[in-house]
Amino acid sequence: MSEYIKQETVTEQETKLARPSAAGFDVEQLVIVPVLSVVVAMLLGGVVMLLTGVDFTRIGQAYTALFLGAFGSISAISETLTAAAPVTLAALGVALGFRAGLFNIGAEGQMIVGGLASVYVGFAVTGLPIFIHLPLALLTGAVAGALWGALPGWLKAATGAHEVITTIMLNLVAMQLTTYLLRTPLMQRPGRTDAISQNVLPTAQLPKLLDWIDPTLRLNAGILVALAMVGILYWLLFRTTVGFEFRAAGLNPSAARYAGMRSSLITVVVMALAGALAGLAGANQILGVLGRATIGFTAGAGFNGIAVALLGRSHPVGVLLAGILFGALEAGGRQMQVAAGVRIDLISIIQALIIIFVAAPLLMRAAFPWAFRKNLKARG
Amino acid sequence: MDIELRGITKRFGSLVANDSINLEIKAGEVLGLLGENGAGKSTLMNTLSGLYRPDEGEILIDGKPVYFQDAKDAIRAGIGMVHQHFMLVPVFTVAENVVLGVEPTGALDHLDLSKARKQVRAISAAHGLDVEPDAYIEQIPVGLQQRVEIIKVLFRAAEVIIFDEPTAVLTPQEVEDFFGIVRSLKAAGKALVFITHKLHEVLEVADRINVLRAGKVVGQADPKTATESALAEMMVGREVQFRVAKAPAKPGRALLEVHDLSALDERDEIAVDGASFTVHEGEVVGVAGVQGNGQTELVEALTGLRSMLRGTVSFLGQDITKASARARHTLGISHIPEDRQRDGMVSEFDLAENMVLDSYYQEPFSRGIAMNWAAVRKASVKNVIEFDVRTPSIYALADHLSGGNQQKLIAARELNREVKLLIASQPTRGIDVGSIEYIHKRIIEARDAGVGILVVSTELDEILSLSDRILVMFSGRIVAEYAADKVTLGEIGLSMAGVPTMGALG
Repeated sequence: MSEYIKQETVTEQETKLARPSAAGFDVEQLVIVPVLSVVVAMLLGGVVMLLTGVDFTRIGQAYTALFLGAFGSISAISETLTAAAPVTLAALGVALGFRAGLFNIGAEGQMIVGGLASVYVGFAVTGLPIFIHLPLALLTGAVAGALWGALPGWLKAATGAHEVITTIMLNLVAMQLTTYLLRTPLMQRPGRTDAISQNVLPTAQLPKLLDWIDPTLRLNAGILVALAMVGILYWLLFRTTVGFEFRAAGLNPSAARYAGMRSSLITVVVMALAGALAGLAGANQILGVLGRATIGFTAGAGFNGIAVALLGRSHPVGVLLAGILFGALEAGGRQMQVAAGVRIDLISIIQALIIIFVAAPLLMRAAFPWAFRKNLKARG
Repeated sequence: MDIELRGITKRFGSLVANDSINLEIKAGEVLGLLGENGAGKSTLMNTLSGLYRPDEGEILIDGKPVYFQDAKDAIRAGIGMVHQHFMLVPVFTVAENVVLGVEPTGALDHLDLSKARKQVRAISAAHGLDVEPDAYIEQIPVGLQQRVEIIKVLFRAAEVIIFDEPTAVLTPQEVEDFFGIVRSLKAAGKALVFITHKLHEVLEVADRINVLRAGKVVGQADPKTATESALAEMMVGREVQFRVAKAPAKPGRALLEVHDLSALDERDEIAVDGASFTVHEGEVVGVAGVQGNGQTELVEALTGLRSMLRGTVSFLGQDITKASARARHTLGISHIPEDRQRDGMVSEFDLAENMVLDSYYQEPFSRGIAMNWAAVRKASVKNVIEFDVRTPSIYALADHLSGGNQQKLIAARELNREVKLLIASQPTRGIDVGSIEYIHKRIIEARDAGVGILVVSTELDEILSLSDRILVMFSGRIVAEYAADKVTLGEIGLSMAGVPTMGALG
């Protein structure tokens, strides 16, 4: 008791040392470069429109429509967040890999496999109430993605096969698997000859969140899953021993080995968790938006996830912001196509430009020297 | 060519790295530039070699002021720098590296390597450098790689050559050869700057000594009359103890018993060949030897980072031959690794994270899988103060610390825990005098508290200063054992070269 009451004397030096430092938060890398990249990419998108014969008035209309289509109404926000959920989930998986020094190109494949597993559970398992059926379908998607991700992780740990190669190959396998499975009686909708699955039962669908305002609003609980995963990944990376190991292994594998961490185990676990997140992205797309699987049901969200993870600097919160930006570009892009007649492909160009600029911070530094501190390296 | 620096000031934000420095460099002379890490030596030389532009002051060559826009200007003016970390392409030959960037070309712009080879041979012969132009960089030892850097600078017609910590990576024999080269360059009329924090080297080779501290020139000295302790005091700003004061050891129980240990290196060749020895509680056992005689592999085998080919290791009677690095850590074995940047820390982690790099899994730093950052913070603050790690915050990145402070951070981590045995590999390599003194003091304190210590070092002074018993490794074998108070430097030196002596083991 007396120990509990005893006041610890804290010296001024101790307080000063424990004061948070700005060293971990690099404003230039985390804020200025991404924001400038987005702005410049939009400007260059305007140049592309000019070059293809779109006049200034229509460029103005296009960007106005882009913005309104993304944030201008409840329906727009609903579409933005609906599109943001899967790409954020997939990007979280990619970001986790980056943190641990693994370049997981396989989010697309993991997403496909997760989606296929969840669609099967969604229509084939019957007679369950929603509070069992839906979590089961989500979980199956995550587990399937985890297994698909763990495979290249294991290959790397056991044989040294580089994860970039193996995950790209497994993406192709997953894509062809979709084409094949969707035409087998196991999955195919009765009476159809094309590649389309049976419909997910209502008990496995992610509930709509805004249908009390307007039944056409598509926003579903998938965004809540994504938000929860942002929180969980943050906690995992920065508040647990496991995350400490992941980050140490990612930044300096030989120091991790020195510290007694088991790098092969870390590789497999990280790839499995990354796969689980991408698998959830697939399940989200199936159970929340589409209700069935077709070829290309991911809409490339797994690939975009790589871009979003880069833009979000592999930080869960950054990934969420970048995911919402990509969702907004997609939702707004559709509006832009309708209202201004500018093809939605322009959005892909803008997205690609953003990534090029984020990946080349020195380019931004050279173009906008006034936005950065003067000395590149302040140590001698 | 004479160079004069007048009132050079260089600031980085609020930090004044160089504070109105005046310096003269004369042809045919070696200027020794002494200073602790962070004293501003490298900044000054980077200014001279055109990498930085000074905020104030000017550079005069033969009395005329010059302005360098970039490094190319400085090279054109005849200033060359041999960096501490070599800038060579490992898969290129010596000649290819030398001409890189200024390739001699023949007709139709084709690369004329035969001309390059001839020039390399000529330069090599003129200064006794003895480098084969067609050898590949990755296949020649570090000492020769440094000569390639010297040839590169000479090939670019440098009249002033700056050496940044040139002996940090060299073996004692290579250091001797290097001094020979320096004398030859001096005789050829070059102006030389020798940056170091090793006092005896600067006394041996320099003609004049300038001492930097906290960005200012704090003193000049004449190597003929100056003493090591006077220089050290100038450098650190207070009196320095070279030999840590210690009472005779009181060895206790046998702690680490190594029997017939053999291990392979990366190329699957025998690196450690049947080593047997014991470390007791409360004693320091030093392992001396020229770099590359199996010490690295021995330490890795003892710490569980390298599998053994043969032999057994036991700790307090328990067999740990097959135990993992983590298991050994849990038993109370601490390890200060040879390469602190590569193994000892994660440079992009902050100090606090590095402070628990290998003990994060233990209470109080974590419970279950949840990290307890409050406990980490508390321990880090305590360690930083106790080990005098100079940092504004425990949340500064480890990368931003000087080498000496990084090493103090690692020493704090490895000593301030439930430690029974400390295996310290090159514990003071490349760090300043003040930090060396401090780390040595802490190692002896740990010994007096009953910790068994195994120190592996290529610095004989360090071995002699710390050890109670000395083992000498040569070609993977432990060839001699001495009681530290009954041996001379000469005897150990002979053993290190593989010559049998009084202390030689059968």
